[in-house]
Amino acid sequence: MPVVRIDVCPLIPAVDQHLLREAALLGLTRITALYRSRYYLLRGALDAATAERLGRELLADPIVERVLLRPPPCPGRRVIEVQRLPGVMDPVEASVIKGASDLGIRLDLVRVGTRVEVAGGSDADLEILAWGALANRAIEEVAIDPAEPIRLREPAGNARQQRLEVPIRHLDDAALLELSRRGCLSLDLEEMRAIQAHYRALGREPTDVELETLAQTWSEHCVHKTLKGLVRYTGPEGEDGPPRTRLIDNLLKSTIASATADIAAPWCWSVFRDNSGVIDFDGAWGVCMKVETHNRPSAIEPYGGANTGLGGVIRDIMGTGIGAKPVCNTDVFCFAPPETADSALPPGVIPPRRLMQGVIAGVRDYGNRMGIPTVNGAVRFDPRYVGNPLVYCGTVGLIPRSCVDKQAQVGDWLVVIGGRTGRDGIHGATFSSAELSERSAQTSGGAVQIGNAIEEKRCLDVLLQCRDAGCFHALTDCGAGGLSSACGEMAAEHGAEIFLERVPLKYAGLSYTEVWISESQERMVAAVPPAKLEQCLAICAAEGVEATAIGRVTDSGRLLLRWHGTVVGELDMRFLHHGLPRRERLAVFTPPLEQPAVFDRPSDLARLLCDLLARPNLASKEWIIRQYDHEVQAGSIVKPLVGAAHDGPSDAAVVAPLLGSQRGLAIACGLNPSYADIDPWHAAAAGIEEALRNLVCVGAPLERVALLDNFSWAKCTDPQVFGALVRACEACAAYARYYGTPFISGKDSLSNEFTWGERVIRIPHTLLISALAVVPDVRRAVTMDLKRPGDLLLLVGLTREELGGSEFLALVGGRGGRVPRVDRALSKPILEAVAQAIAAGCAVAAHDCSEGGLGPALAEMAFAGGWGLTVDLAAVPRAGVDDPLIVLVSESQSRILLEVPPERLAEAQRLLRGLPQAVIGRVEPRPELALRGLGVDCQIPLAALKEAWQRLSRSFAAR
Amino acid sequence: MPPRVCVLRAAGTNCDAETAYAFTLVGAQAETVHILRLREQPQRLRAYQVLAIPGGFSYGDDIASGRVLANELRTCLREALLEFIERGGLVIGICNGFQVLVKSGLLPRLDGRCEQQATLTDNRSGVYEDRWVRCRGDPRRCVWIADDQEVELPVAHAEGRFVASEAVLERLEQAGQLCLRYSSDTCHNGSARAVAGICDASGRVFGLMPHPERFLRWENHPRWTREAPRPEGDGVRFFRAAIHTLQ
Repeated sequence: MPVVRIDVCPLIPAVDQHLLREAALLGLTRITALYRSRYYLLRGALDAATAERLGRELLADPIVERVLLRPPPCPGRRVIEVQRLPGVMDPVEASVIKGASDLGIRLDLVRVGTRVEVAGGSDADLEILAWGALANRAIEEVAIDPAEPIRLREPAGNARQQRLEVPIRHLDDAALLELSRRGCLSLDLEEMRAIQAHYRALGREPTDVELETLAQTWSEHCVHKTLKGLVRYTGPEGEDGPPRTRLIDNLLKSTIASATADIAAPWCWSVFRDNSGVIDFDGAWGVCMKVETHNRPSAIEPYGGANTGLGGVIRDIMGTGIGAKPVCNTDVFCFAPPETADSALPPGVIPPRRLMQGVIAGVRDYGNRMGIPTVNGAVRFDPRYVGNPLVYCGTVGLIPRSCVDKQAQVGDWLVVIGGRTGRDGIHGATFSSAELSERSAQTSGGAVQIGNAIEEKRCLDVLLQCRDAGCFHALTDCGAGGLSSACGEMAAEHGAEIFLERVPLKYAGLSYTEVWISESQERMVAAVPPAKLEQCLAICAAEGVEATAIGRVTDSGRLLLRWHGTVVGELDMRFLHHGLPRRERLAVFTPPLEQPAVFDRPSDLARLLCDLLARPNLASKEWIIRQYDHEVQAGSIVKPLVGAAHDGPSDAAVVAPLLGSQRGLAIACGLNPSYADIDPWHAAAAGIEEALRNLVCVGAPLERVALLDNFSWAKCTDPQVFGALVRACEACAAYARYYGTPFISGKDSLSNEFTWGERVIRIPHTLLISALAVVPDVRRAVTMDLKRPGDLLLLVGLTREELGGSEFLALVGGRGGRVPRVDRALSKPILEAVAQAIAAGCAVAAHDCSEGGLGPALAEMAFAGGWGLTVDLAAVPRAGVDDPLIVLVSESQSRILLEVPPERLAEAQRLLRGLPQAVIGRVEPRPELALRGLGVDCQIPLAALKEAWQRLSRSFAAR
Repeated sequence: MPPRVCVLRAAGTNCDAETAYAFTLVGAQAETVHILRLREQPQRLRAYQVLAIPGGFSYGDDIASGRVLANELRTCLREALLEFIERGGLVIGICNGFQVLVKSGLLPRLDGRCEQQATLTDNRSGVYEDRWVRCRGDPRRCVWIADDQEVELPVAHAEGRFVASEAVLERLEQAGQLCLRYSSDTCHNGSARAVAGICDASGRVFGLMPHPERFLRWENHPRWTREAPRPEGDGVRFFRAAIHTLQ
């Protein structure tokens, strides 16, 4: 069939200023102008007249664009054309085919490309621009000054279709390891030996698909063998007990999950056993939450990695119980500082500036399209994230109480619902269990994908209908490991028979193994009772969503894989799910010797506060937040940006997810990797307290708060690294018990390192704590912006000299310092009393002291509210601190600022009785922050503070 | 009998639930209908007095925002839609729904010609933006607009810049069809004449970029914690004005 090219260009050509700025950032100053347009390669029954009509009626906007049936001539300019590699997802293609079909035009293959006309610049400049600002080798191809346009190609080739055995029984250790390496199985010697022994006992060789299934199921990503294995740990008993060596059997179970079991909250409906944890929302509805990482794919292809990361965690919620409805998203990113010079980057690394933009766009395009508001997040910068950024995506959902439990039953059909299966994302689970290197982009491109949010939205629409029609016994998402994990888990108790040739494919030519382990996005697997199959398929078909019965749940205890009649795999479920040899690893934690903080004393407090506020970790994230829809579903109560001009930093989000109801959710997070450099115990404690403080500050009570843990760590084969993880887990358990806030779900991502040559960059130990509170009445929420002059500013909590890991020390290039500790004699009483004071209506604004300390917190409350503050530093409740500088920048925990109307002061102080607290200032009409006491007399205009805080955001928004 | 509202849903529609809820708040009966059901039986539209095309990313906004759904309406449901409008039915398109109405030619439909006469294209900033804006309605022609009081509403879009030829703009201006404008300092997207919404000559077909269905309760407002409470959000006014004309 003929291929037609249609170009669509703006009627009034305009220089693409965004791209031109990118070119300038790449140092391509000889390029003087850039013009962007797009083209479509279409295969189908198209004569010139039909093509012209298709262009006019579908592809171009007649008001602002024109259609050309050949590339436009552009004398004096060079041309770069970019299009996705064959087989890489581009959702636009399906929409073009659908739109053409509505016009009565049949197309069978479409590719969309970007064309850029370039004025000025050398050959080398064009090459740099193409790969530096327009295209990514993992997913795209580029042509410069193409004599002929890039062609339309089918996704490559036919894979082998015959059953294949992989001889393993006679291999020696070296050959076993070589087999694991060559097949990208990511299995270690002991695991390979266990497989060998199993097949020796069976008296046969494994098939390729059996080996792959084992590799997927046994991957770190899927079973968390490090956290669930045996650990011989030497470290302090508790926070600061004497060091002792002990054997921990299943770190996760013995710390975090055990704390949840001890707390035994009756409102926990489902913890640590499903795709997300579920708690009681209002008796009839449960609320569930999950946070996932998508670090490695985002390092290689930031847009696609972040895009599918969010898509994946949304599916975790969709596949909780027999189906939940997503109601909001969260996102937390860790990057190298945005100003890192390209010349300072290790080879093969995407510059942080571009990486950030890609990640943010990826999250934006998926979340916004799904119609799920992104309500809370954080961004953290550290040079050690340079080759291995962290991308955490979270989703919260609502689920009817009756839908929380699931159990596939013998005889059920296994139905795959949603997207088709292609060759994308092969080996994602095993890839994500290995570390990154400068060659990852070339060797792991197959693991990188682009999402199709609308496919997932359509899938969600029908899943909820199927659920409510009683079509599901069980439901899960296809994530890492694809069908192999989804079907394998769902039928683990019984057995399953799968007819792989029935799986709908994006294109022909896949092998049975590719079908089985492909991680193509936007697919769900349901266990459907036979009597409901017809109805389930009909509900899906009614909205054009593909649903196919690909197998059945059996009582054989085996996983049987068929391919056009031939048995290509037969695995014992017991061996598959319980045959993994348990690992024993060494872990050591040596408590650090604390050194006094050493730093050059800044002379000018006003300047210091501005510089602190301008630090990327503290600075406004408005340029990111504005790109996310945080209002869709109409439940937005406390937004990420608050205050007089809607630009102050909210502590947490509050949403009312049921229209017409006053009941709501508050969502917050805590993250302190710089404290973990000193002691992960205190980083974990501070992370949990920060998340809880944030909840309290928006008026959430602490009666029903659930926590989630996400550990991103370097390789745990190093006992010191693993020791830090054990220490963090122990702290999580201790503080969860202390606050009575159970963990309900979590995830670990290990081996986060970047290697090139002999060098290794390990990420900081990064524990993200997410917290979810049920709010009985959202109308009681408060925000952090100052409300009216004349009100008093009350500070609750004690300021100590705790500069270790602080933003201040990082700013002035200091070192040492005592890490902030959560004082268990004070923390919970303070949080509870503040929550009570807010509930009693004593406070009209509340804000916690976190990164940067008291000084930045005061500034933020003031400029968010547009009112000034007079503060007496001598009034600040302190323990052994008389230096005003330390008072302003120490990061002591458990401190909350409350704005209290004078007539409510007595009641507020009554509720806070016995706790360190004092009136330290007053809200003033004059727009400045006036600091007095302890020898200080300094007035800083709010405009200067706000300008510093917004500088980074403005510089990105202008790009 | 309460007026019946058809809230149209297609792949990628995502504001259907809150749009339906907004109508129920003002006494209408809203039902969400998938476009495939309407394509199977276009006469189903006859059962309704109001058609709402909610916000979202219909078909991913692939090619251009609203384009694929606009074409689908134009090629597969044109007769039924024109009949619905001629019969006195009310139509509202919100955000993506507005883009669909404009690109299908149902708005502004000057001279009764159902062809694209204007467009909504990339914001001046070049990126998607979620923010609150102030806008003022012109109630002279449009039944969806209660009065000329300034309202606050959220916008959330990447392609909200209204573009039309000077001739078209002038005719719409004269006829009172540029019926919703951003207050000048909040026209973030660069729309011609600060247009936030337009209606057809009958005043019954209305499209707007801001989201009235996202400001139904006072606590949706970005400054609700610092201002005197109000009984409801500004968004309710649009739905009430239209339903009122049917009662």
